[in-house]
Amino acid sequence: MNGLLRSAVVIVGLSLAAAMVIALLQLPSAAVHLPALVAENLAQSGVEHPVTAVLLNFRGWDTLLEVAVLLLALLTLLTLGGGKAPAPAAAVDPLLQGLARRMLPLIVLTAGYLLWAGAHRPGGAFQAGAVLAAGAVFLQLAGLLPAWTAPRRWLRLGLVLGFLVFLAVAAALLGQGALLRYPPALAGGLILLIEAGLTLSLGLILAGLFLFLTGRDA
Amino acid sequence: MSTGLLYALAGVLLFVLGAAGAVLLAHLMRKVLAFNVMGSGAFLVLVGLAQREDVIDPVPQAMVLTGIVVAVAATALALGLARAFHARTGRTGLTEEARRD
Repeated sequence: MNGLLRSAVVIVGLSLAAAMVIALLQLPSAAVHLPALVAENLAQSGVEHPVTAVLLNFRGWDTLLEVAVLLLALLTLLTLGGGKAPAPAAAVDPLLQGLARRMLPLIVLTAGYLLWAGAHRPGGAFQAGAVLAAGAVFLQLAGLLPAWTAPRRWLRLGLVLGFLVFLAVAAALLGQGALLRYPPALAGGLILLIEAGLTLSLGLILAGLFLFLTGRDA
Repeated sequence: MSTGLLYALAGVLLFVLGAAGAVLLAHLMRKVLAFNVMGSGAFLVLVGLAQREDVIDPVPQAMVLTGIVVAVAATALALGLARAFHARTGRTGLTEEARRD
């Protein structure tokens, strides 16, 4: 039975791969030339880097919903229960701790740079948030930061801040006639404001996905 | 054949490998990893296909950036669920014969 299933899956998988490869090879080129559209409108997006312009301006509501999805994932994780005493810090390695202490300012600096760089080169809130979260995970692994159990008031505020700022900007701009259509003069500043909030919240959320899991005895 | 198309074809292979793994592997953590391989394949198809004419398209790149972050969160959630499942049943897989440990 198991062998039968295995061969069936292999056959179906191979035919699926063959069908998709044939489809990809025959695909005509796109009817809408998106890169040209982005380049045309880049000047009024408020930022100079096309990926950031798409993320925070042209398709801003995608990003808004994404942050909501991240929050939802974290909230679901928190409702899974457990929540016993936090796991004791891992074996203390003075070398690792010293390294972590020295790395911390660099990590924060890198995150700040990535946030700022997003306006004109690869970078932005997601990368900066990921770097912050990696820093928190590093501190936990080095035994300097205890794992998290239940979020207190300040942590809760930090987790939702990015989403709330984004939502507030979206609500304030509803008068423009479309969701998240920034006035071109304010676009750069608003995007930086949203990204700053997102960096903090994404860093906390991504760190929380790790630190809440380690802090709970399942 | 452009580099972009080559990436898309590699993405197809990754997707199929991951899909087969998600069906065949019993251990929940392996299933989660297989889903991640599937997701990476889908991202590769999306980005590779968009630049198969050697023009870089920022729109799918932004979509994939969004997708990667959501995939990380979904993976963490899946691992949390798998851990809670293991804590309640002692099993590491969904089938009855899955090893208890």
